[in-house]
Amino acid sequence: MFAYIVRRVAAGMVMILAMSLVTMLLFFASPADPARYTCGKNCTPQLLEQNRKALGYDQPVLSYWVDFTKGIFVGSEFPKDPALKKSAPETIADCPAPCLGYSPQSSRPVRDIIVEKLPVSASLAIAAFIMWMIAGVGLGIVAALRKGSIVDRAIVGSALVFYAFPTFFIGLGLYVFLALKWGIVPVPAYTSIADGGVGLWLQGLFLPALTLALVYIAGYIRLTRAFVLEVKGEDYLRTAQAKGLTSGRILFKHTLRGALTPIATVAGLDLGGLLGGTIITEQVFNYDGLGRTAVMAATTYDLPVTVGIVLVAATFVITANIVVDVLYAVIDPRVKYS
Amino acid sequence: MSTWVPTEGTSDALLSVRDLKVTFPTEDGLVKAVNGLTFDLNAGETLGIVGESGSGKSVTSQAIMGLHRGTRAKVEGSIDFDGKNLLKLEDEELRVMRGRDIAMIFQDPLSALHPYYTVGNQIIEAYKVHHGSASKAAVRAHVIDMLERVGIPNPQKRIDQYPHEFSGGMRQRAMIAMALVNSPRLVIADEPTTALDVTVQAQILDLLIDLQKDINAAIIIITHDLGVVAEMADKIMVMYGGKAVEGGTADQTFYSPEHPYTWGLLQSMPRIDRERLDRLRPIPGNPPSLISPPSGCAFHTRCAYRDDENLGCSTIVPEFDVQDWHPVRCLIPAPKRKAIFDTEIRTPSS
Amino acid sequence: MTTTHPESDVILEVKDLQKHFPTRTSGIIRRASDPVKAVDGISFSVNRGETLGLVGESGCGKSTAGRTMLQLLEPTGGSIHYNGRDITGVHGADLRKLRTEMQMVFQDPYGSLNPRQTIGTIVAAPFDIQGITPDGGVKAEVQSLMERVGLNPEHYNRYPHEFSGGQRQRIGIARAVALRPKLIVCDEPVSALDVSIQAQVVNLLEDLQTEYDLTYVFVAHDLSVIRHISDRVAVMYLGKFMEVADRDELYANPLHPYTQALLSAVPIPDPRKENKRERILLKGDLPSPINPPSGCVFHTRCPRFREELSETERKRCTTEIPLVQKIGNHEVACHFAGAAKIDVI
Repeated sequence: MFAYIVRRVAAGMVMILAMSLVTMLLFFASPADPARYTCGKNCTPQLLEQNRKALGYDQPVLSYWVDFTKGIFVGSEFPKDPALKKSAPETIADCPAPCLGYSPQSSRPVRDIIVEKLPVSASLAIAAFIMWMIAGVGLGIVAALRKGSIVDRAIVGSALVFYAFPTFFIGLGLYVFLALKWGIVPVPAYTSIADGGVGLWLQGLFLPALTLALVYIAGYIRLTRAFVLEVKGEDYLRTAQAKGLTSGRILFKHTLRGALTPIATVAGLDLGGLLGGTIITEQVFNYDGLGRTAVMAATTYDLPVTVGIVLVAATFVITANIVVDVLYAVIDPRVKYS
Repeated sequence: MSTWVPTEGTSDALLSVRDLKVTFPTEDGLVKAVNGLTFDLNAGETLGIVGESGSGKSVTSQAIMGLHRGTRAKVEGSIDFDGKNLLKLEDEELRVMRGRDIAMIFQDPLSALHPYYTVGNQIIEAYKVHHGSASKAAVRAHVIDMLERVGIPNPQKRIDQYPHEFSGGMRQRAMIAMALVNSPRLVIADEPTTALDVTVQAQILDLLIDLQKDINAAIIIITHDLGVVAEMADKIMVMYGGKAVEGGTADQTFYSPEHPYTWGLLQSMPRIDRERLDRLRPIPGNPPSLISPPSGCAFHTRCAYRDDENLGCSTIVPEFDVQDWHPVRCLIPAPKRKAIFDTEIRTPSS
Repeated sequence: MTTTHPESDVILEVKDLQKHFPTRTSGIIRRASDPVKAVDGISFSVNRGETLGLVGESGCGKSTAGRTMLQLLEPTGGSIHYNGRDITGVHGADLRKLRTEMQMVFQDPYGSLNPRQTIGTIVAAPFDIQGITPDGGVKAEVQSLMERVGLNPEHYNRYPHEFSGGQRQRIGIARAVALRPKLIVCDEPVSALDVSIQAQVVNLLEDLQTEYDLTYVFVAHDLSVIRHISDRVAVMYLGKFMEVADRDELYANPLHPYTQALLSAVPIPDPRKENKRERILLKGDLPSPINPPSGCVFHTRCPRFREELSETERKRCTTEIPLVQKIGNHEVACHFAGAAKIDVI
């Protein structure tokens, strides 16, 4: 098992580095000149050239990538110019390891930006995750147990409605009606725990997390319903019944253990995917998380921020993958990694 | 020893099934899986139910266990166990009897055991649900003892292993231990050896025979293989299209069968204990539809001895014709059946 | 093990066939480790027009052997000669061409038919793949094939799920014989079927054999079916042949303790015989084909080893791999081959 994890982590790291390279390749292949975006209105060719050099965009992509990768492990300085460092050390920004680059647009190390935005996205993702797991899995179980009844059809049908609408529509609808028109919940605004305590933090998260959760709930209801129904058809449930077990024990010990294992896999991957930022929900509720920052970075040709967020998001997804696989071996005794 | 009496009246048998009907609604129509089944089983006896897929043999066993409750299946008639009609019991009353008084052994022990729990966990659970006050250590000791009795070597270690760590034969032994852990009075074994290799099958059948002597339970063994019941069963019921077509002692079924379907079954299997035939003698055609069964005798479409004109095989639904405690659901008169068997079916060695 | 019948010519000759499936070690760097030896050195020949039965319990490698001799799996070692030509490892166009002569009938009549294709398409597939148009057109030929195997040719446009298990197996057989092959490997073709239907399909296979001059390798676990259909029978255990003999000889006078145990375990539908019968019970479980027992692979479960042999004789079983020896018409891989002490049937 340990060997398996080591292998997976090593492979994951290689994959993350490869992804950073791909992101850079795409960026360098773009017809627009990224340096132009750092130059402002009074741009001169000399200034443009100077910026390009300072940003490292004059190098071939591979050596840019090597510099970047080195920065992660040993840190870096921006701009990387020994002459400038001697003449005007105050213009050099230090970026200690793990250095994810330096954003020319916001004049800050990328890591600082991520550290600032990540809690917003992560709070949102985790809050939504908890909501959809409880509601989605719960309703899915109820629907499966009442298969074919009105309850089942109502649950599956209404879930489909939310699934069919785009996120921005649900988000805006909740925002306008629940918060602005009817005033049932306060107008959402992100407040960190440090600033406003747990209460305000949760209050701020409620609507956007609900929006995100509503989109996922439908999928989880259907998935849970399908898995529970599948397990209900398994021979081992017939055995459990034939033993004379109570229906509660059959459900909680025998049915759910089998049905929820695949859900855990999907849930882990979904959460991993969301931790790296949610673009639409953050945009709708004006939350300054990784998703929004990524969009901004991409539209302003801020390569270091783009690469940084790609790496963080990729790390979450890959980590989630590994965690889910390892978890599987814990849940299912038949699965053995070696 | 064995009276196979398909009468309508009451009986003092351990299990007494009367006019059992099980139907399932499907998109294509109503499936009549069991269509009027009547039989008795005494304590300590072994009944073999033989039939092909779709004959209703497995559905019968599930109806006895009440496993159709909560599904869309409709079960009619009566199933008296120990004087109580199981079909009329409250869910909770029946649940308490499941596993304690009536236990079941399934065909495929790999899928019948929960893959996520150890074998011991699952057997202990089967015991504890009916013996709530027993101490943990005592239950564990009892289960280890059961595993030992069904021939699982090293039970102290095996009890904590998962089903996938057992071989097929060992898994079926564990299933048997689970079924017998509460010393039930009736054990239903549904194709208990079909998924097993022939050498393992022999071991499991021997084990069942030995254990039955120990616990004196009645056994219903359901199988498509006449060879399997030859050694075990006191009496045999042959099912076709949801009905019993012939019942009798094992000797009657094997040495003087009277229903053309039973003849067909016996003739169609190649036998290693007899002269090899140049050609097998199959039953022509396919099993009947359970949604729109053939009119008259359900077997008439495949029967070599049908006689629509004189006997009305395609129009008259045959009732049981009981001669010498040997019920046969056939319109051919008994003397003629016996004559056909003696001249055309019986082989020198039988 | 090769039996040569000088009077009839050999269509398939298999020498020392091996099929090993690789496994890997655990650890951070995974190296190849001991493989699963599914088929571990079997030799035999099949004569034109005969049926060779391959019998054994699950995990003995009989299905793998069947697939490997048809090149559905690539052999790890050994050679396969078809009509005198070495076909070991042929692939691509050569292999496709070979498929017109060698076909397979599978066990699961549902799993081996594409549920989204009509019967007509399924049975016509061999013609499409080979680019052959039979006289009178594909459709007419397919319909006559359907009729030949006992299906209604009007059901040409139906889908597999509309047929019963026995009918599906007939479809699989029609597809296999479509190109008039010379050799068909039947892999448990009747074990998923009900007894009464089983007999229909066995008879059909026998009729087709006569009509089309077919040679069968018939893989099955059911000793009664094997006896009925085979001319010669090979008994397999843990990837190796234990005993090969003519059918009547093998069943009347089995010489290998494993054959004897197998036969004595077959339940007989005759209560009086059954109650008198003694069984030769095998103890323990099938050993792993990754680490098969040393010497004779059967010794760990062998009743003769356990009950009849002396210490020195046992030593031979545990250390020395038994060579195939010819005893009468049998070929037996046992150091102490001989008749059983009881009647096995």
